[in-house]
Amino acid sequence: MKAKDIVIDRNLCKGCSICVHVCPKKTLGISREVNEYGLFYPEVVDLGSCIVCRLCELYCPDFAIEVVQE
Amino acid sequence: MITARYIKENYVRRLPSAFCPGCGDGQILNAIIRAIDHLKIDRKDIAAVSGIGCSAWIPSPYLRVDSLHTTHGRPIAFATGLKVANPRLKVIVVSGDGDATGIGGNHLLHAARSNVGITVIMVNNGLYAMTGGQVAPTTPHEAKTTTTPYGNPAFSLDVSRVVAAAGASYVARWTTWHMNQLIRSIEKAIMKKGFSFIEVLSQCPTYEGRMLNMDHIEMLEWFRKNFREDAEGIYKIGEFVDIEKPELTEELEKMIERVRR
Ligand SMILES: Cc1ncc(C[n+]2csc(CCOP(=O)(O)OP(=O)(O)O)c2C)c(N)n1
Ligand code: SF4
Ligand code: SF4
Ligand code: SF4
Ligand SMILES: [Mg+2]
Repeated sequence: MKAKDIVIDRNLCKGCSICVHVCPKKTLGISREVNEYGLFYPEVVDLGSCIVCRLCELYCPDFAIEVVQE
Repeated sequence: MITARYIKENYVRRLPSAFCPGCGDGQILNAIIRAIDHLKIDRKDIAAVSGIGCSAWIPSPYLRVDSLHTTHGRPIAFATGLKVANPRLKVIVVSGDGDATGIGGNHLLHAARSNVGITVIMVNNGLYAMTGGQVAPTTPHEAKTTTTPYGNPAFSLDVSRVVAAAGASYVARWTTWHMNQLIRSIEKAIMKKGFSFIEVLSQCPTYEGRMLNMDHIEMLEWFRKNFREDAEGIYKIGEFVDIEKPELTEELEKMIERVRR
């Protein structure tokens, strides 16, 4: 399975990076940008590596990340 | 397929939550929603009850089911009343460790003893988070809290063992690292006829983390490494009780039938 997109809702994300930590494929990283709360939200570093396991969605405490399947 | 969008559209009242960044309470909300969705029960047949504490906010206001946000320590008493009034309801209590075992410990014992068919999900972060990180009955020996700055001189309660001994029909312990096991357990607990209890070790980075000198990622890693099915004491996770026995509201209905005749 391949991901078409990984959408991070910057208004919901609290920058905890749990998604980055649980991702088995290192698809995600922490960006250098901050959202309106001043928190570093995650970014997609390698979309092609995503296997759509959705562990990031399962562990995100804030429903802020969503993987869109191809 | 359960996606974040599907969850937000169907099960969450409003976001962002009031929980601190990295708090396990949001993960537990996520787990409860997934369990309810897997079971395909009508939302109208579920009622959520909570007391006071950070964890009491998991169902109310975020979970989109009828909910009662009650007083500190008393959600199990309110939930028992709900269940007796309408035994068809699936009643789910979400309670903090302070709420369920400190001020509300007596209710917990008697709900397990009477085997009333409600589900209690107890969020164990080892202290009173909402009020500033004070010592709780679940704080480990020698652990620092804001009211035990030199370490806890007392000893902690193994809540799951106590609830099992008191007579619950279902008892399990997981952590926020064990999301899939937790979801399966919540499904079983909701469908259990008698009293069901799930203890979830959850990270409170703001108070517990500060005292332990760990951030939320380190706490999740600590859960992963130390909480195992073959571990001892509080570190032992898994299903401890899974039995069938007569349930309170069923016994009550039988008694009413008998007396009427
Ligand atoms: C009768 C009463 N006593 C004390 C309080 C203050 N109080 C509010 S929350 C709380 C403890 C919460 O701890 P816990 O149940 O573990 O929930 P957490 O915040 O850790 O999730 C206390 C003592 C209260 N609200 N009502
Ligand atoms: S887990 Fe959720 S809240 Fe935390 S950084 Fe990732 S998207 Fe943001
Ligand atoms: S779906 Fe899996 S592989 Fe893709 S970003 Fe999320 S955790 Fe990583
Ligand atoms: S104080 Fe602790 S338990 Fe309460 S919301 Fe913050 S991290 Fe969570
Ligand atoms: Mg607590």
